Parts: sequence; C-alpha cells; structure tokens
Amino acid sequence: MNKRTVFKSWWLPVLFALPQLLLIVFFFYWPAISVFNWAFSLEPAFGGAGERLFVGFDNFREVFADGEYWRSVSLSLFFAFTATGLSMLIAFVLAICVDRQLKGSGIFRFFYIWPYAIAAPAVGLAFRFIFAPESGLIAVVNTWSPDLWNPAKFGSHAMILVIICFAWKWIGYNFIFMTAGLQSIPRSLLEASSMDGSGPVRRALDIQLPLLAPTLFFLLVLNLTESFVGPDTYGIVDLTTEGGPNKATDMMVYRIVSEAFRGLNYSGAAAQSLVLIGLIMVFTFIQFRFVERRVHYK
Amino acid sequence: MQGFGLKTALVTGLMVAGLGATPALAEKVKFEFWYGLSGDLGERVQDACKKFNDSQANFEIVCTSQNGYPETVQNAIAAYRAKKHPAIVQVFDGGTLDLMLSGAFVPAKKLMEDNGYKIDWSNYFPGIANYYATAKGELNSFPFNSSTAMFYYNVDAFNKAGIEGAPQTWEDVEAASRKLKAAGYACPLGFSFDSWATVEQFSAIHNQPIATKNNGYDGLDAELTLNKTKLVDHIAFFKKMTDEGLFVVKTKQLGMDVVPAFTSETCQMIQSSIADHGTIGKTIKAGAKWDVTMLPIWKGTERQNSMVGGASLWVLNNRPEAEYKGAAAFLNFIAQPDMVEWWSTVTGYIPVTKTGFEAMKAKGFYEQPAFKGREKAIASLTFTPTSANTRGIRLGGFPQIRKEISDAMEGIFFGKLTVQAGLDQAVERGNVILRRFEKTYAGKALN
Repeated sequence: MNKRTVFKSWWLPVLFALPQLLLIVFFFYWPAISVFNWAFSLEPAFGGAGERLFVGFDNFREVFADGEYWRSVSLSLFFAFTATGLSMLIAFVLAICVDRQLKGSGIFRFFYIWPYAIAAPAVGLAFRFIFAPESGLIAVVNTWSPDLWNPAKFGSHAMILVIICFAWKWIGYNFIFMTAGLQSIPRSLLEASSMDGSGPVRRALDIQLPLLAPTLFFLLVLNLTESFVGPDTYGIVDLTTEGGPNKATDMMVYRIVSEAFRGLNYSGAAAQSLVLIGLIMVFTFIQFRFVERRVHYK
Repeated sequence: MQGFGLKTALVTGLMVAGLGATPALAEKVKFEFWYGLSGDLGERVQDACKKFNDSQANFEIVCTSQNGYPETVQNAIAAYRAKKHPAIVQVFDGGTLDLMLSGAFVPAKKLMEDNGYKIDWSNYFPGIANYYATAKGELNSFPFNSSTAMFYYNVDAFNKAGIEGAPQTWEDVEAASRKLKAAGYACPLGFSFDSWATVEQFSAIHNQPIATKNNGYDGLDAELTLNKTKLVDHIAFFKKMTDEGLFVVKTKQLGMDVVPAFTSETCQMIQSSIADHGTIGKTIKAGAKWDVTMLPIWKGTERQNSMVGGASLWVLNNRPEAEYKGAAAFLNFIAQPDMVEWWSTVTGYIPVTKTGFEAMKAKGFYEQPAFKGREKAIASLTFTPTSANTRGIRLGGFPQIRKEISDAMEGIFFGKLTVQAGLDQAVERGNVILRRFEKTYAGKALN
C-alpha cells in the first residue's frame, strides 16, 4: 500500500512556483507574444504600433521562398549534428580515461572542465587569433602548402573552425556529466568483466556505454538544442566568421539576429524565429519519441 | 525616544543636504548623447563633451559610447521603444534613411530655429549636407564626423621601385603594382570587401548610379543597378589583379585588415577613410614616408565629387522641452570654428563647414607635416557640384545591402562566382531588402 500525503492548501504550491512562473512569463511568453505579433505584420524599426501593417502569412512565405534560408537550415543541422557528435565523443573518451584513475586524472578532471566556464564570444575571439590563416599560430601550415588552412576563403574550413570552437567549449560540460555518470556504475561490474579477460575498450562498449545511456540521452538533447539555436553558436559565429565566406557559416541563429538588429527587419526575423521554435519542437519530439526508447533508466 | 531622535536627526540632515544641493542641481539640465565611436576616437568625443560642460553652467551632457555604429542604432531603437532614449544619437551614413522615415526625430533646422540659433546652413559643404538633407535641402541631422575615401601609398616603396608621383588613374595603379612587385613587394595593393570605397565611392567619382531613382532619393521603389555599370569592369580588374598577385585581399578574418596592413608596411597601397590619417601617422614606423591622394579614376573619365561617409547627429523627439535647449546649445557649440578645428585636428575627420575649413587653411594647418594631405579629402568631396549619382545613397536597410555586397565579393574573390554572377547575386538579394523596406514604410513619402 502506498501512503499518500495530501496537502490541502492550494496557495502554498502556487506561491512556491510563482518566482519560476513570473520568470517564464516575463522572459518567455511576453517576448514570444511580441514575436508572434511582429511575424504577421511589418514592424517599422522605431515602432509606431498604430500604423503597423497586418500582412498575414507574407513574412513566412518570403522566408520559405528564400533559397538562402533553406541553405541556412541545412547548415545549422549539419553544424548541430557534427558539433554535438564531436564534443560528446571526445568528452566520452576523456571521461572514460579519467574514470580509469590513470596517473594524474585528478588534475585532468580539473582542467577539462574549464573551457565551459569561458563565454562563447571569448572563445571565438581566442580561436580567431589562433586560427587566423595569415597571422595566427596556425599560419605555419600555410607555409608548407599555400591555402592548406584558410577559413576566410573556404566555406568548409570556416565550418570546421566554428565546429571546433563549439565542441571545445562543450567538451567540458559533457565531461562533467559523463564523469559523474561513470562514477555511479558499480565497480564490481567492471572488475568482474576484467577478470573475464575483457580490455578497456570492450568494457567501455559493453558496460559503461549502455549504463551511461540516460546521461548520454540528456546530453544529446541538450547539445543538439544548444548548438542548433543556442547563444554560444551565435557568439562563436559572430566573432570568427561573421557568417561567411559568402554565407558558408550563416547559421539560423546568426541569420535571425543579424537580420533583426543589423538589418532592422524585425518582422522577417520574427517569422524566422517562429519557424525555428517549431523546428526545435519537432526535433525534440523526435528525440524523445525514437531515441529515448532505446534508453533504459533502470 | 532614542529612535525618534535619530530619525529626526536623519530627516533634518537629509533636508539640509537636500536644500544645499538643490539650487545647484536645478540649474543644470542633464541630457544624454549616445555615440558609436570607440577607442581613441571615442575618447575624443568624451573630450568634446567635457569641453561643452566646462564652457557653460546651464546644461550637462552625458555622453555614452555604444561601441559601434550599428549597436548605437539598435540601442537607440530599443531605448526609444521603451521611452528612455537619449536626446542626441550618432547615426552612421548607412542608417540615414532608417532614421528619416522613423518620424522619431526633430529636424536639425527646426530645432535650431525653435531655440533661437541662427545657423548659416549654406556654410556646410554641399557634398556633406546633401547626404543628410531633405529633397528641399533642409538638414535633418547635423554632420559631425565626416570623412571620405582616399588612396594611401607608401612613398619609400614607390621610390625604391622607381615610381614617381601619386597614382592618378587605375592605369597608374596597375603600372605601379607591377613595378612594386618587380621590386620585391609581396603586396602592392591591399583591399578588403568593404563596399564603401570600392563600390560606393568608385560609383560616385565615375558618375555611375548604385540604384535607380537617383540612388533612392526619388522614391522607395528604387532598385539596385550596380551590376550594370562600370563597376562590373572595375571589379573584374580587381579580380584580374588579384589572380596575378598584384592586389591582395586583407580582411579581419584573414588576420589583418587593410589599415594595419598599410601601417605594418605589408601592403604599399590601400583605399581607406581620411579618418584613418591620424591613426596611420601614429602607428606607422617613425620616419616612414607615406602620402595620401584622391581615389584614382579610370583614364578618360571625368572625375566627380566623392561621397561623404562617417556619421551625423540626430536629435530624437519626445524628450522634455528643456533638454532640447541643451541639445541645441551643444550642437551649436561643436559647430563653432574653433571646435571644428580642434575636432578635425585630433581625429582626422574633415571640417564640415566652409568657414571651419578656411580658418584651418589660413592658419597653415594643412602645411604641418603631420596633417599634410588632409585637405585633399575636401578637394575630393567638393571636386564638382553634387549630382544625381554623387549626392548620396538613400536606400532602406543599407547596412544589410552592404553586407550582401561584401558577401558577393567573398564569392567572387574566394569562391567560384564570376564577377557578373556575384554582382547579380548582390543586386538580387539587395532588391529583396529594398522591397521589404518599401512595404514596411508604405505610404510614407520621402522628403
């Protein structure tokens, strides 16, 4: 028999939830409603609500008809999957190594976490100097063969640069969660398996990976969402490539912010944000519906 | 009792403090000025504000840098929507039309008339004033930091390569580039994808339109035409020279922008703003010989005046009446000949009024070695009376159009786009921006 405690008062829970509710209303619903308003009208930059022109779905039609927009969507998807994959893979390898209590793992654990504490624009700025093709630390590779590395010139290099920045920053975050997850795996399982003669790789694949699945799923959702729409992506793109060369790294978030604030096209940007919100919902739904099935929490 | 005593003491104290402070505070009207310049130039704006505050006792201007031109416009918009905007805001050339149609400002002429200042508006150089004026020629905003694009070259390198005199034509530039290359200079001319010098100024001095409807002055339904003018050949020339290694792309993303490329003597020729004259003098190796001249033209072209760049000061509406008195006083203060001279000296921006320029010339300012050549910017701006193609550019969302042009240039110089295809792309995407702007401001007349 389950014993249930029932609290009669209704205002106490509301009171406890109130700070959070207020935050959501002010920082999510309110802006979202403005965005909704703007998306269906043509909003002049300095306002003038009375004269605002209702245009129905025109803004959306314009967005969908723009080939550049779809290119931006596919770039964002490519970026999100690659950056997430890279940062989770490296974080996993690092976490497994630290978990084996190799020599100096305490120090490494400490250092691996650091990158996450650095703001994305700072990461972008640092990486821009390191990876500048003519004057950065990496410039030496171009003396071996010209244009071996040139993110200012080649879209593919620019994309690699942005992915490296993002992955570098997020490895630290993923690492914390994975280390914590690995530590909760009973040692006896690993010991039993090594007595049966399995090496570290086999143990990682057969025992640690499956038992870590809930953590990995959580990180997957978070990383994908963050790289797809997060402020880090914007900060990094803004400081390294500015969406170039010729829009090769023009991610959706970067596009929205620069259209809204540099181009003063609030309505077009609002329509794009709504589409983005929709995409994220679909994205997350797919993850929970199809990926989570393979995750066993117990 | 003790509590009561303490309270009374506190209250009395406050009252005394309040009484003591009030008269001084009441006299001074505070108002805000937001500007986009940062770094060294930003410091000079602060100096100007301080000079104004020290010069009189009625007003206090509070100047805040927003660290960048686009940021200043964005922040001013956000503040205006929240009704917490500054009285004066600095807006760059590209944002002029956004402000003009916003209905959120007090026209310069009206402000000064209302506050009893007599300004001789014809004293402003027409090339500068027309950019910020209505069709009738009435100024909406105050030209403040004005510049134009110029051509810088390294005299030492020219001597070494056996080149005489300043290049006047692009044919000269080509010949000079070949000689410099032969003399062992890896980067004869450095350029970036910034459209201001290479596209906008080029079009003006060669009398080529950027857009229909007199570059947008005659209506919001203007369309870009820069893919059908002499510009196509000009960009093709740049492309050819780049392929031969005579012109070299220098951008921030590559690691070095054009001005540092010139001051580090990496590149021997660049196109850049006259406002960089001061910076170049300060940062280039001491003793290095360099000079500045007007942008070259193609042989057989009749040179027209170049366009003004930089920014102007707009006075926003819906502020308390008292602040406008202060704003007018400040704008009047910085337009005085001695302030014009001071500002031009410490920054490199050109004097915006004829009397300011004459005063500086009479004092022998332009004969001093550090400032030699700056007068050529005025010569470039006033070369001919302004015409339809040289008056300015009045296109909506112009900052974004500039971005489209530089994106296209990236495609042309780094990607697989041909010159024509690249410019077509810029025009096509730019026109989308123009059409949206037209729809957003439907029914508003350009004046």
